[in-house]
Amino acid sequence: MPEDLDDWITSNNTPTSIHYPPFNSEMSMSHTIEIALTVNKIHYERRVEPRMLLSDFLRHELGLTGTHVGCEHGVCGACTILFDGQPVRSCLMFAVQADGHEILSIEGLGTPDNLHPLQQSFIEAHGVQCGFCTSGIILTLIPFLEGNPHPDEQEIRHAISGNICRCTGYQHIVDAVMLAAEKISVTQNGRILSEAKDLPPNYGS
Amino acid sequence: MTKKYIGKRILRNEDPRLLTGQALFVDDINIPGMYHAAFLRSDYAHARLKSIDVSAARKRPGVIAVYTAEDMGDDWKPGPPLVSPPPTVKDVIFFSRTQVPLVKDKVRHAGEPIAVVIAESRYIAEDAVEDIVVDLEPLKAVADLEKALRADSVLVHDDLESNLAAHMVQVKGDYRRVRDEADLVIKRRIVIDRGAAAAMENRGIVANWDAKSQQLTVWDTTQAPIPIRNGLASRLGLSAHQVRVIAPFLGGGFGPKMMMFYPEEMLIPWIAVKLARPIKWIEDRRENFYATTQEREQIHEVEMALTRDGRILGMSDIFLHDTGAYDPYGLTIPLNTQNHTMGPYDVANYYSEIKVVFTNKIITTPIRGAGRPQGIYIAERLLDIAAKELGIDPIEIRKRNYIPPDAFPYEHGIIDQAFSPLILDSGNYQPVLEKAATLIGYDEFIREEQPRLRAAGRHVGISIVSFIETTGVGPYEGARITVEADGKISVATGVGTQGQGHFTSFAQVVAEQLGVDVRDVHLVTGDTAEFHWGTGTFASRGAVVAGNAIHASAVAVRGKILKLASEILKAPEDELELEGGQVRVADIPQMSISLGELASRANPLRGAVEPGTEPGLEATAYFGPKYGATAFGTHAMILEVDPETMMVEIKRYVVVEDCGTVINPLILEGQIHGGVAMGIGNAYYEKLVYDENAQLLNASLMDYIIPTATEVPRIVVGHQETPSPLNPLGTKGAGEAGTIPVPALFAQALENALPEYNLEILETPLSPNRLFELLKEKEISR
Repeated sequence: MPEDLDDWITSNNTPTSIHYPPFNSEMSMSHTIEIALTVNKIHYERRVEPRMLLSDFLRHELGLTGTHVGCEHGVCGACTILFDGQPVRSCLMFAVQADGHEILSIEGLGTPDNLHPLQQSFIEAHGVQCGFCTSGIILTLIPFLEGNPHPDEQEIRHAISGNICRCTGYQHIVDAVMLAAEKISVTQNGRILSEAKDLPPNYGS
Repeated sequence: MTKKYIGKRILRNEDPRLLTGQALFVDDINIPGMYHAAFLRSDYAHARLKSIDVSAARKRPGVIAVYTAEDMGDDWKPGPPLVSPPPTVKDVIFFSRTQVPLVKDKVRHAGEPIAVVIAESRYIAEDAVEDIVVDLEPLKAVADLEKALRADSVLVHDDLESNLAAHMVQVKGDYRRVRDEADLVIKRRIVIDRGAAAAMENRGIVANWDAKSQQLTVWDTTQAPIPIRNGLASRLGLSAHQVRVIAPFLGGGFGPKMMMFYPEEMLIPWIAVKLARPIKWIEDRRENFYATTQEREQIHEVEMALTRDGRILGMSDIFLHDTGAYDPYGLTIPLNTQNHTMGPYDVANYYSEIKVVFTNKIITTPIRGAGRPQGIYIAERLLDIAAKELGIDPIEIRKRNYIPPDAFPYEHGIIDQAFSPLILDSGNYQPVLEKAATLIGYDEFIREEQPRLRAAGRHVGISIVSFIETTGVGPYEGARITVEADGKISVATGVGTQGQGHFTSFAQVVAEQLGVDVRDVHLVTGDTAEFHWGTGTFASRGAVVAGNAIHASAVAVRGKILKLASEILKAPEDELELEGGQVRVADIPQMSISLGELASRANPLRGAVEPGTEPGLEATAYFGPKYGATAFGTHAMILEVDPETMMVEIKRYVVVEDCGTVINPLILEGQIHGGVAMGIGNAYYEKLVYDENAQLLNASLMDYIIPTATEVPRIVVGHQETPSPLNPLGTKGAGEAGTIPVPALFAQALENALPEYNLEILETPLSPNRLFELLKEKEISR
């Protein structure tokens, strides 16, 4: 921290005369802990401050910005990731707690050219509007559909009741999940379409 | 002409990126050397700033700078007003008091920023905020609208004589005369409380000043990047061409991201220039409750005069509107309320008096609905009461009062939010109502289901209400369309996008003219470097104003394509058709040329061109409507109340909407569903609770209840299309429609579900708690 900073602020010198500390200097990283974890099947080793939130670690240290932060108090569900296969809110955990664990974030699920069937269903049923809550909803639904491949509408609504979406009114999300359940069962179990769940009456044109 | 793309359920172009975490939001920006900002905000709603000591904060390792109002010197200025002041017509008073970047002398609402810390990380910046010692002398605060207008109230702005921010009267006909002649006059007091927009993405700004190129780039969660650019350039003493504002993907807007300038929106770019470093500020959820604008609080004293056969003779409304601590958004909200209090009804005599009030609460600016839900609540509540008193069926009394289809354009003789004459352009209301009644099974429910369920002890109620929505206001929007050498189409428009599907619906408008695949139309919105004329995405105007600007540009590009292709193919223009990215002679398909080839020919590297020609297949066009287009709709609902918990379960929900030409029914239905969900929150869950010290008591998503998938029902949507005569596409806006009538719908349904209590609901939002209290009051009085 340059000592002349106070003077500078009021005197409006040209900024180039200031000697900035190096970015993320050791000086400000008072105390760090070494962690090792797997994110989207890639192994990472990093030093982090004990207080760093897992959501901030994923977004800002690893650059995985598909995990969105909506409330930082564990209510909205936007930052949901899979932690050893279970949905957790990454804003309610510290990065150090992920030491030795395995994480899946939205970036690990599919790509624009090779979408997971659930992601594809969100397109087909218009389950996305602004897309901010979407990562958390998709990752909440992955283990849900694994445990309950043929959910009914109420079960789906219950499953995503911990995720707030302000845009869609949830209906097209529910439709997307029903569509995905049908696709996943068709592709994975070779089931025929007639056994699939009936789509809601006003789905499609 | 049958349309190939407009009106089709086309899947969205933007979804693959949004679904895989690849879409750019403001908080995803990371620039090497970027610093982070955190704000010290006032804990008090009203206090005098005695002193502030930031020396400890400045000494904390990792802190780069701390700014207070004093440190800003001459650059400290209150924000510019966001809308023009009201016209100087008779009986208008308006005191403009706009928000300040940092508190200088007095805090006027809890959460107002006092100082900003810039540090190497957000963590350090927040630590340093705790280091600041601020001496605030608390003053008595005023939260209540009526108390604020009393002579003994404390003043929010000491230089004014009272807390009256504005006063405006609009009159149509002669209400006093018809009141005396009326068979029935209903007089009620209606109270509407505050809610939050609560977009899932909080606000955020990243500003980067490149000293060498003298360019400022700002990524901002704004619905209006172009006005932000213009304002920043003006405030920072830069040319508009030195400032580029980008609104990338936004995690919802719903109105408050249209407010400008927020203090942070001015400060962060200012600091970026000062320090010549990229600066990021991302609002947290708690700040979002204290620092992002809110809406809806009003108190109305209303009257409706009717004949005994239920025809409205006139209405009178004197109301208080809470603007909070400042009034940057002028009269937009109360004017909207004033415009919607007559609803879709033929009301010949109207007296409406607005009193805008300063309080020590957070500023109010439009939130999805923007004053309209309040007006519609009044119109529908008073008609419900009249129907009951006169023994007329609620559907019948509405039919008797609708503006008839042959009365359009229907001129109200008062002005609207844009200070233009309030004219309802077109509509055909009764078939929409009838369709909604049919879809909900109104007659059958009243005749069979409800008596059967009531006999079984169940509290089920039905409701049906109508609304209008003034949409698509000016001034204008523009677009530039270019055919690229590979035959793909690029489109640039100035409006921002917050999830409405613009990348698809606008692409459909282009594809309709140019005969290309919708996926080959690449749209850029909200980047002032791409298109720098326009205002923004607000007032349900995207599909109307920007949509028609894009249509006009596409028509112009089509003209250029046909002219050039006609020369090359040696065929008259009217024998050419555009299909599959090709121009071909209608009856001789082998005579064709691709759009890409045409674009290359229109932009040759060598050779002579005719004097006066423009290169390329490109056109820029603008659209500005004479006045706004007005949509109409009817919602119907059946709900059941649990008499033990007062929780409600919505059994059936129907929306029938007439928003003119539908560009994409799938996207439109999504807009309606989301609007209804927000309306359900407004009606039964969401309320910002302030105490008498103007402290917000529920500033978290734990305590401010937003409906989840288990509270929002499946919604059945029906359409009717009465195209607007005001624009070539015939579109009317739809973004806010879903939200507008829901509180009125809830009130009617709850009264209907609990007939033994003879409830009369005159307030919104309700909640299970509040319903319990209302029923207890009734029990005591019985």
